[in-house]
Amino acid sequence: MRNEQTQEVDNQDTTTHEYLTFILGDEHYGLDIMNVCEIRGYEPVTKIANAPSFIKGVLNLRGDIVPIVDLRLKFDVGQATYNEFTIVIMLHINDRIVGIVVDAVSDVINMQTSDIKPPPEFGVAFDSQYLFGLAPVNEQMIILLNIEKLISSQELGLFDSTTLQSES
Amino acid sequence: MSMDMTQFHGVFIEESQEHLDEMEHLLLALDPKSPDIEELNSIFRAAHSIKGGSGMFSFDALITVTHVMESIFDKARQGNFKLSAQLIDELLIAVDVLRKLLKSYAENSEIDWALVNSTTASLEAILDPNSQSKPQEVDDDFGFFEPLTSSEPQPLTHSLAKDQDIAEEDDTFGLFEPDVDTSDANCEVSTEGENVPVSDIDFGFFDDTDDSPADSNTPGSAALMNVSPSETVPPSSSSRPNFETEAHSETRTKQKTDSKPKPKAQTKSESKNKNEAAESSSIRVDIAKIDSLVNLVGELVITQSMLNLIGDEITGLANEKLHTALAELERNTRELQEGIMSIRMLPMSFVFNRFPRVVRDLSKRLDKKIELSIVGGQTEIDKGLIELLVDPLTHLVRNSLDHGIELPEIRLANGKPETGILTLKAEQKGGNIIISVLDDGAGLNRERILAKAYENNLDVPENPTDQQVWQLIMSPGFSTAEQITDVSGRGVGMDVVKRNIESMGGRLEIFSAKGAGSCFQIRLPLTLAILDGMSIAVGDQIFIVPLVNVIESVQPQSAQLKLIGNEQVLDLRDAYWPIVSLYQVMDLEPKSMQITDGILVLVETNNTRFALLVDELIGQQQAVIKSLEQHYRRVQGVAGATIMGDGSVALILDAESLALKINESLKQRIEYEK
Repeated sequence: MRNEQTQEVDNQDTTTHEYLTFILGDEHYGLDIMNVCEIRGYEPVTKIANAPSFIKGVLNLRGDIVPIVDLRLKFDVGQATYNEFTIVIMLHINDRIVGIVVDAVSDVINMQTSDIKPPPEFGVAFDSQYLFGLAPVNEQMIILLNIEKLISSQELGLFDSTTLQSES
Repeated sequence: MSMDMTQFHGVFIEESQEHLDEMEHLLLALDPKSPDIEELNSIFRAAHSIKGGSGMFSFDALITVTHVMESIFDKARQGNFKLSAQLIDELLIAVDVLRKLLKSYAENSEIDWALVNSTTASLEAILDPNSQSKPQEVDDDFGFFEPLTSSEPQPLTHSLAKDQDIAEEDDTFGLFEPDVDTSDANCEVSTEGENVPVSDIDFGFFDDTDDSPADSNTPGSAALMNVSPSETVPPSSSSRPNFETEAHSETRTKQKTDSKPKPKAQTKSESKNKNEAAESSSIRVDIAKIDSLVNLVGELVITQSMLNLIGDEITGLANEKLHTALAELERNTRELQEGIMSIRMLPMSFVFNRFPRVVRDLSKRLDKKIELSIVGGQTEIDKGLIELLVDPLTHLVRNSLDHGIELPEIRLANGKPETGILTLKAEQKGGNIIISVLDDGAGLNRERILAKAYENNLDVPENPTDQQVWQLIMSPGFSTAEQITDVSGRGVGMDVVKRNIESMGGRLEIFSAKGAGSCFQIRLPLTLAILDGMSIAVGDQIFIVPLVNVIESVQPQSAQLKLIGNEQVLDLRDAYWPIVSLYQVMDLEPKSMQITDGILVLVETNNTRFALLVDELIGQQQAVIKSLEQHYRRVQGVAGATIMGDGSVALILDAESLALKINESLKQRIEYEK
């Protein structure tokens, strides 16, 4: 896994990617902006029976029924409060739309692939397999997520395992 | 075969099926004594389109049969040939054969060449007596065809060896166009001959590009090419290295995506060109595009109702202006919604049109005189339902012909006209489409059905009403026909028909009067995408129960609640109903835990019935069904979701899977107590 990632980093030295950065607890995270549909305020959702607590429920996104995941609950960081400042990032992953609840959205950064450092092995809320790298911005470290992998992971259980297999 | 090949096949097969339907329809309408030239032209064009398309895919069996048919129609329209009723029969049989062949090609199964040869032979025999030279010519054509098709490797080698350029691919497509436009029958043979190798080059080409990324030099890819004669293998494998060096993976994929749509567009435009004269202008649109429009309009309606709510907060002159504008918007959105829904609709004649043939064939076989009358073919119905309706309707029509309408002698003896009338009727009543199959035959035989039911140990109520008796024939394995014919009577039927109709959210009703006839009525919702539901509330959440499953709702009295083995059941009119609490299933906080505070909705599914405990009933409403699985996963007890007027999401309950929550032992005890 690690090998693959470093290789990727080496190969695409000059390309720049845009990342959306957001705050979860005390840490700054970034995800590839190409996965983002839109950012919107938190709205009441319809609860789904027997779903884990971090799956808040589903809501209507222009006619699509979209699940909402609270990453703060899943990774036990920050305060899981819901008010008018609570932010949902709508992600577009494998032809599916999923909303994630985060503490705040901060910025969009341009990052050259060569500037991305390998991710830390520990000290982050996420399992290292969902991390893509570390990016220094203004003396701050931003943890870049492999958001596709995280969202489609078995751990989140957002998708049926059968549908995942057929898609991958 | 590679994926892209099957893609083209799909388009070709779909269009050919339409052509066949058209041919059959026109043949049935054709008057052999004075055939209408326009109609003959249309049949000719249909046969010609199928032949042209088959040529591109080297579907030789189809070419062989359509070619002879084409010759017959060509002569007929030039007036050199006399049509007869018997000839039309032969042609109809040929149409059936073509259907079979098309199916074999669609399923990639073995072609029944014996059938092809016998059909062509019998068709040629029709051509034969009229002029001696004609069959000769026909044979010549075939001689002409075969060497060309088998010589295909030659041009393939040439072009592949000469130029691996991507531009060449475009050239070959350019070659299609002149052929495509020549609908003239005279240059048929030569264009066809050119067509075959040209198309093969392309497909050889496709196979290459598809294979090389996966495994460049394995025998597997060579085996793929073996479909065509063995000479093709060397050129294709020799062309592969060139490919690897010249075109890098990036360009390869690019070219793959570039080239894919082209042949598809070609096949489409080809048949379109030829059809233009015969058909009214219409376009083929992917159903997904229409569905996304339906979605968007649904959203528009919700946004508009939100605007209405906001508008109420505004006071003064602005309010009045806003309301006029909003009223205007409402009218426009409603029209837009109706317009878009109507795109999904097709006239019932799409289904009905196949029945003149069925009736014609069957009445001949059964020695009955039957006239078919079709009423309301213009009634429109959702496209999704049309496809599902064909089988049940065919079954009902066959049943009516076989069991319903009597033999001419019996009819005369009973003082009825010799010719029986079978009516297919479609009409729209409210939010339902009602499709009836009516016959003026003997009607259902109450005594015989009952006797048969007892014989088969079916559950028969005491002193059953006619309605109850008629329902019996829809039990599995039921048939009263004295002898089993090949038309019907094996008793696998009405229960399947009933199940099919119920799976569409419809109902099958039977009316019958002895000696006067019977009527089978299918009642369907207007569209698949909308469901009649009852909205109910538990805690702060709203759910929809499909109305088909709901029998009634009761406010339970404590006297009606009984305990059977620690579980509470509802005792209503001498029947025990197990209780399923929705708040438990859905893990919610109910307003009250007391059953007597809530409402029990009596729900019936295919196998079982139960009472669903909810907090309150909200009302009946139509719900647009949305998939939960599209972005999430299956949820137990939930069939889908819908969007309410205020934009929130409500889950649609699945009665079948809720029934699984009932304790098995409780079910048995209830059975026992009964």
